[in-house]
Amino acid sequence: MRVVGEVRALNGDEAVAYAVRQCNVDVISAYPITPQTIIVERLSEYVANGEIHTEYVNVESEHSALSTCIGAAAAGARAFTATSSQGLALMWELLYVASGLRLPIVMAVVNRALSAPINIHCDHSDSIGTRDSGWIQFYVENSQEAYDTVIQAFKIAEHPDVQLPVMINLDGFYLSHTLENVRVLPDDVVSGFVGFRKPVKVWVPYLGREVPAVLDGYTPISLGIIALSDYYYEFKMMVIKAMEKAREVIKEVNKEFSELSGRAYGDGFLTHYGVDDAEAVLIVMGSAAGTVRYVARELRRKGLRVGVIRLRTFRPFPYEELTKLLKDVKAVGVMDRATSPGAYGAPLFNEVRTALYDCECRPVIVNYVYGIGGRDLSPHTVKELYSDLLEIAKGKKPSSIVRYVGVRS
Amino acid sequence: MSGSEFIRELPQVPTTVKLSTELKTGSWRSYRPVIDHNRCVKCLICWVYCPELSIRWDGSSVSIDYDFCKGCGICAHECPVKAVTMVPEGGGYEGGR
Repeated sequence: MRVVGEVRALNGDEAVAYAVRQCNVDVISAYPITPQTIIVERLSEYVANGEIHTEYVNVESEHSALSTCIGAAAAGARAFTATSSQGLALMWELLYVASGLRLPIVMAVVNRALSAPINIHCDHSDSIGTRDSGWIQFYVENSQEAYDTVIQAFKIAEHPDVQLPVMINLDGFYLSHTLENVRVLPDDVVSGFVGFRKPVKVWVPYLGREVPAVLDGYTPISLGIIALSDYYYEFKMMVIKAMEKAREVIKEVNKEFSELSGRAYGDGFLTHYGVDDAEAVLIVMGSAAGTVRYVARELRRKGLRVGVIRLRTFRPFPYEELTKLLKDVKAVGVMDRATSPGAYGAPLFNEVRTALYDCECRPVIVNYVYGIGGRDLSPHTVKELYSDLLEIAKGKKPSSIVRYVGVRS
Repeated sequence: MSGSEFIRELPQVPTTVKLSTELKTGSWRSYRPVIDHNRCVKCLICWVYCPELSIRWDGSSVSIDYDFCKGCGICAHECPVKAVTMVPEGGGYEGGR
């Protein structure tokens, strides 16, 4: 069944809120932080207007915001929250609790640089910093994708084989505060697509049967138990395996959603343009992909063989898909919107380089760090990166493997 | 630690294998609260304050569940008639009472 849906003018935050409104969410915890605030503002309006019958909890900090979601999800509810930057940093210990307890919480993170100096604009340092927390991470390119990904996220998180929290990252201001035409699906269609949360079951020896793994006085279980050197490793291993299983589920849900809406995001992990015959490819995440694709299209019109890969998932990291796509490419530039002081290059660069180490035709891979603290990325700059890469593809030795683009020297 | 040999035998969500009532935390105690029933006025303030739900009331007298009392001394501190005394646990723990 294909549903066209109506077009609405929504910014990225509003698109997220609109999707959450349609997803039968039981509990929303809310704490404001720029540039995420619009999400929880819109949601509070939906609740106040009686459009949704969601328990809306005003909390005193982001630590409490995620704690509330954890408590709600542990009681069997579908829970959502949103944050940015310092807020995500304050949630730190709870991120691991959510994934360790296998709670399918969905959270929107509107990417914003971390203090200090204090900054409200976009870079990915907040969410990239949480990459090892066991959360599935999506980075969306536009408001439409933000809307679509929230809907998919509940389905992915709550899949019986996954049971992991999902983080949807959208670029602060570039997406969060910019109006776009967003095609939204009717409420009943989304509700039918995501359904209601069905908690997984666990075998409880003292009850002698399987019960839903939720806090319920009639079938008492404890969540948040201790597991030391005897069992902790096994439970961590289960999170790792669940993340691997998420690969299949992300692919499936992306396909199911495209059959419903007509919109697919590649195979769910990445989208690409011009890569098949490209000599030089830029890899990028988030809203900057639009700028890079625009430049790539211009250059290809002039006959230059350039391409772009836009990663949609960072966790799980699509290393197999990348290796396949890049097997005939000579030069790869990885664009990072986050830094890792003291590391050899930034995090995305490290992932890509590691993934391609076993590739037979090992391309030259360089790192372009850009857009830190909201520093603008112009088409002109992207053009320079492509010409740098094309020279590397022709055999020029790169002046340096890690380059910081657009920073004062 | 005995128990499951394979990951697949473990619950998908880390949860308890036995009820917390089976975990007798009273063994942690180094001081034991002892009630002087001649002084006790049965106000049950100790019952209100006990963080471990270890004060029992059977309808006529107050007693302490030594299986779970960790000996924090809050009951002794809160008792308005000083009917609870904290006595050092001597020797090994034998399960209380």
